[in-house]
Amino acid sequence: MMEHVKEIEIRDLLKEAQKYKDNGWRLVQIFARALKDDAGNEITYSFGDDYEMEHLRITAAPGDAVPSLSKLFVPAFLYENEMHDLFGVKVEDIAIDYHGTFYKLGAETPMKK
Amino acid sequence: MATRSIIPFGPQHPVLPEPIHLDLVIEDEKVVEAIPSIGFVHRGLESLVAKKEFTEYVYIAERICGICSFMHGMSYCDAVEHIMEVEIPDRAKYLRTIWAEMSRIHSHLLWLGLLADGFGYESLFMQSWRIREKILDMFEATTGGRVIFSVNQIGGVLKDIDDSLMNQLLKSLDDIEKELKAITKTFLNDATVNNRLRGVGILTAKQAVDLATAGPFMRASGINRDMRTTGYNAYKDLEFAPIISKDGDSYARCEVRINEIFQSINLIREAAGKMPAGDIATPIKGFPNGEHATRVEQPRGEAFYYVKADGTKFIDRFRVRTPTFANLPGLLETLKGCQLADVPLLVLTIDPCISCTER
Repeated sequence: MMEHVKEIEIRDLLKEAQKYKDNGWRLVQIFARALKDDAGNEITYSFGDDYEMEHLRITAAPGDAVPSLSKLFVPAFLYENEMHDLFGVKVEDIAIDYHGTFYKLGAETPMKK
Repeated sequence: MATRSIIPFGPQHPVLPEPIHLDLVIEDEKVVEAIPSIGFVHRGLESLVAKKEFTEYVYIAERICGICSFMHGMSYCDAVEHIMEVEIPDRAKYLRTIWAEMSRIHSHLLWLGLLADGFGYESLFMQSWRIREKILDMFEATTGGRVIFSVNQIGGVLKDIDDSLMNQLLKSLDDIEKELKAITKTFLNDATVNNRLRGVGILTAKQAVDLATAGPFMRASGINRDMRTTGYNAYKDLEFAPIISKDGDSYARCEVRINEIFQSINLIREAAGKMPAGDIATPIKGFPNGEHATRVEQPRGEAFYYVKADGTKFIDRFRVRTPTFANLPGLLETLKGCQLADVPLLVLTIDPCISCTER
């Protein structure tokens, strides 16, 4: 099974991410997974310290907005725009917000279930 | 203050075999900011897990990229094997390692050719790609394919390399090593090449870490990190250390990749010498149920894979974060302050793979 996954509330995301930043960890990636029955998205944030990797996981119900990590970790803006365009995740205060034009898609939020 | 203008770069450009667009904000000839646009050919391959059985999806994963196709298939298999708690035979681990290192040689030689073409050395470009043909020939001899190999399966590999073929491969590597040494002199010592690469597009070690860069682009800034040292496949049995350089400029990126080709040749030799006899695959039963995340060192750097399965024949979620995606913020940083004429070469120095990025 997947190791080092910590499930947290959306409101705790910035505080928990800040700890990784303070300890010199980097952002490895962010991805969303659509939950069945239109129950929203599960979002996993992965952080790395050389060869160690840990994950923070939140569940965003439909309509929930999640804070951007791009002020803490610059590369986050790519992943956040991606999950907005593909899954319809609402992300607040992205450092570079493409407002839905990051991917040129034929269908709106194609990976939303 | 000089007047600012915006120059569009791409999505079609002679140095770009695949589409990416940059809005270059310039003052006179100096770039002060670059804003990327991607997504011109996004293919939605991650979504296809919902339509292909988990055993069939190996062949979709391979099609994420035409350069590191083997590694995409291998890493998808590795994640599913972890979920199913399948231990693949040692010989399969060695075979995967050999094909992975052949992929690295292939990728870096391709990049060297593109770089040479980028700074105007057409003969050097052709020499690089001529050498690359030898490794493609060996892919064809050992797998039957030159771009897509289809030798991975959940539980191991589909083909073996017998002694005769292995000797042929080792002989071919001897030739590649000899010929690569000859062109290395031009890449690393030629005065004009030095002038085009040295001091251009510097990324400091701190920037490389803060911007979460990956692979040779990161190691050229002095960061000693290579996912192969975690010991997946047969790497735990092989002697090697990550290749790094200090200067963080375009020359350092070239130097790291050239030295990695020589390293890959040695790794294949060592793996061939240590490869155990035995089966090449473990039979699997049932459907995967669980989740697993893994990282591998592709030619362009660390790639992240995630698989979530729910006990049916379809995977619920497959995620790939490719190294080029991770290297985009670093590229934007290196472009700041460069001359407009250096932009095409600098874009090349991250070895961009838009096919991977637009998976």
